[in-house]
Amino acid sequence: MTPFAYARAGDTAEALRLGHAETAAYLGGGTNLVDLMRETVAKPDTLVDVTGLSDTITETADGGLLIGAAVRNTALAEHAGVRARYPMLSRAILAGASAQIRNMATVGGNLLQRTRCTYFYDTDGSRCNKRVPGEGCDAVGGFTRIHAILGASEACVATHPSDLCVALAALDAVVHVEGRGGARTLPFGELHRLPGDRPDLDTVLAAGDLITAIELPAMPFAATSTYRKVRDRASYAFALISVAAALDVVDGQVRDVRIALGGVAHKPWRATKAEALLRGGPATEAAFRAAAIAELADARPLRDNGFKIELAKRTIVAVLGDLGVSA
Amino acid sequence: MPILVNGSAVALPVDPRVSLLDLLREGLHLSGTKKGCNQGACGACTVLVDGERILSCLALAVQYDGRRVTTIEGLSDGNALHPLQQAFIDHDGFQCGYCTPGQICSAIGMAAEAKRGVPSNVSADLTADVQLTREELQERMSGNLCRCGAHNGIINAIRETVAAEMAA
Repeated sequence: MTPFAYARAGDTAEALRLGHAETAAYLGGGTNLVDLMRETVAKPDTLVDVTGLSDTITETADGGLLIGAAVRNTALAEHAGVRARYPMLSRAILAGASAQIRNMATVGGNLLQRTRCTYFYDTDGSRCNKRVPGEGCDAVGGFTRIHAILGASEACVATHPSDLCVALAALDAVVHVEGRGGARTLPFGELHRLPGDRPDLDTVLAAGDLITAIELPAMPFAATSTYRKVRDRASYAFALISVAAALDVVDGQVRDVRIALGGVAHKPWRATKAEALLRGGPATEAAFRAAAIAELADARPLRDNGFKIELAKRTIVAVLGDLGVSA
Repeated sequence: MPILVNGSAVALPVDPRVSLLDLLREGLHLSGTKKGCNQGACGACTVLVDGERILSCLALAVQYDGRRVTTIEGLSDGNALHPLQQAFIDHDGFQCGYCTPGQICSAIGMAAEAKRGVPSNVSADLTADVQLTREELQERMSGNLCRCGAHNGIINAIRETVAAEMAA
């Protein structure tokens, strides 16, 4: 680990002042950043501890929830309102990492965690465009069981590792950000990037930008929602495929639906094609299958992950079926 | 502010790179807490902070000023073992013993989570009271790996103590 200065921010203004430099990094629970620093993948010269900032979950005027960025993952998963009104979010968090890590990790940090691509971590032996822009990518042509099938580029085939983010993508969350230009919000789907030719950039945030909160809009039908994660062992493993979905069925017809996929792309993948096909149509297994096929139509397998395309389709069908299938 | 380790005030390290794990082991010679993977994958370094289980290897010690840290050394009362320590012996909850301090601290933190109703990945109903079935215990303890394969004994030890206390 390279040396760094540590400072604990007392409020957002102080955090922004301390963290404005390109070489500074905000520190949440440290569950990813400390590891990346130990592996010398990340080498910030200043760590600004933001765990003392907002860690509350409050009701919004329009019936949603405002989640402070310093809320711990466990606190969010166990929140009574989240469990009852957004169960996919509780389930997504509980499917991730271990209890110890969930007790440490913050919501803001979860959004900004880096990929678990092994080539990204292998500073001594592998080339990685995400770590060293322009260097090349040894994942392409390498072991790619955990890599992307959608939205990848020649420069990068890494996947986003978060479970929580898959649920936030499905729930139309809004990200509250403060930076040099003041406070702003952006739709969750616009926070993370596809790799293109700049895989070193995971998000659209600028240096010094601080995520202060996540807002969940009111979504009554999300009370019928869930999250399913398919992985190589039953617990404490990253997703091969995951599906977050909410389904609103009235008289056998899909009135509304939200679907997002994890483990498939450089960002949490909102399944807009599948949603559009399903909305207004019958809630049947055949319709779910057709929607899943359409969503995965552009999927491209790498050497070792072709199985993920069919696995994603089947998981979508299974999750929607659990939420409400008509005969 | 100092860190309180097993009730004793300990000064923060000067170098912010020092993990809580290294502070405990190298600084305080509390070698009960173990360094397994040092990357958050095995759970051997699990300690309790204000009663919550965390991984001390991924914790920068400077972040924990003013917090109460409990390690395996802080659980027993002199030579009188914590009930969970005795249960691990009774149920062969270990072979080499390297993961044991982390397993025991983790189980104590797990019990507190279950008592306040935190659901798990295998809970069918997110809003129901927690029943610590074998399946629930396996999921809730999945962050602690045992390479000797003593998991069945570990789960039995926890069932006999923590889970039985909750069911009573």
